Amino acid sequence: MDYRTALTTCTYCGCGCNLYLEVLDGQIIDTIPCKTSPVNEGKLCIKGWNVHEFVQSPNRLTRPLLRKEGTFEEVSWDEALEFTASKLRDIKEGYGGDSIGFLTSAKATNEENYLLQKFARAALGTNNVDHCARL
Amino acid sequence: MIKEVKKRVKELLDSGKITGFLGLRDMNGHVGPHLFCDGGDLEALVLGDRERPGDSRYPLNKQLIHLARSYPEDTFGVLVRGCDERGLKTLSTWNQLHPDKVVPVGIACPQELAEACECLRPYPDEFVCGEKVEGCPYDSVAQLDGIDLAARFDHWMREFEKCIKCYGCRDICPMCFCKECSLESNELIRTGDIPPEMPLFHLTRAVHMAGRCIDCGLCNEACPADIPLRTLYKKVADIIDEEFHYRPGYVADQKSPLNILSQPGVE
Ligand code: SF4
Ligand code: SF4
Ligand code: SF4
Repeated sequence: MDYRTALTTCTYCGCGCNLYLEVLDGQIIDTIPCKTSPVNEGKLCIKGWNVHEFVQSPNRLTRPLLRKEGTFEEVSWDEALEFTASKLRDIKEGYGGDSIGFLTSAKATNEENYLLQKFARAALGTNNVDHCARL
Repeated sequence: MIKEVKKRVKELLDSGKITGFLGLRDMNGHVGPHLFCDGGDLEALVLGDRERPGDSRYPLNKQLIHLARSYPEDTFGVLVRGCDERGLKTLSTWNQLHPDKVVPVGIACPQELAEACECLRPYPDEFVCGEKVEGCPYDSVAQLDGIDLAARFDHWMREFEKCIKCYGCRDICPMCFCKECSLESNELIRTGDIPPEMPLFHLTRAVHMAGRCIDCGLCNEACPADIPLRTLYKKVADIIDEEFHYRPGYVADQKSPLNILSQPGVE
């Protein structure tokens, strides 16, 4: 028997609620809000309460998908990045950096969000950066 | 306090009487549930009184049910306060835990916690530490009973309006063990609304907890909207007591009248 309660941070938004994932024999079976967390004080929203379900959802994407002739196909990271980079370059050259916008995410870390806006401004030359939390 | 608990847990683990002890651990700066399996490794065991008595309590019986369902042959120890013990007794009458497979290690709650909880019996039958203090009456219920019906109804509607429908009150509850939950049934309550249909959502839960709620208060503590759910369920418990002379968990093996009513052949 291997039973653990793993202290972690909810990945759903930027609040940073702490929770314990209850893990029995390698399977995450439940979510328990952390009582001593100064952020959420033993409370969670409905998304946080269901972390154990969505992290193991079979619908989660685990590989990049690329639409080829109207249908999504799993591709390697190299192919996905190559495709995205060349498209971005074409659009920037053809129409200018401001024809591109970037949507960042509360599910990413501060550092990742920083990198994305840096990439938008320094590499593509646009200030078109927005965030789901502002919607 | 903690010394006596550690000693008892160590005895239980070393003698092989239990596979593991479900308690609380202070680790990485936070207190949470933990299964202690080694009598020599109880350093981080705590009782859940971090800054105030009982401020880091968890529904350990709920975690115990998870373990018992997967390992029905094993016996587990569990840290219990008065409310948790009421939970163990009640869960056994609802066939969710086998009393032979559970070894409770009891602690009695201090006056301050008993008052904050308005707890009728702030201690388990047997406890290894703490002192027995007097139970406290349901003042919050009496206070609301003192105002007239229309104002009382308004009060509750104003409270329910704050609900963000996180289902936290259900998810934290050690006595919520149904496979299908009425709160998610579209036939009963429109499921697409926030706040959820009022007062139906909250009254449905209150009625479902009748004869089951052991008044631990964990739902109230988990509610992000600070709705005084515990007071509502205390009132329901009072009604069940008046009508059926039953309060869940105070007497071992006593079944809820609602449990008996739902059995075939009982009218
Ligand atoms: S409900 Fe009673 S037994 Fe439970 S923590 Fe409060 S005072 Fe202690
Ligand atoms: S007080 Fe709340 S959490 Fe505790 S048993 Fe009653 S309904 Fe469940
Ligand atoms: S915990 Fe509070 S906010 Fe969440 S569903 Fe229950 S009553 Fe509503």
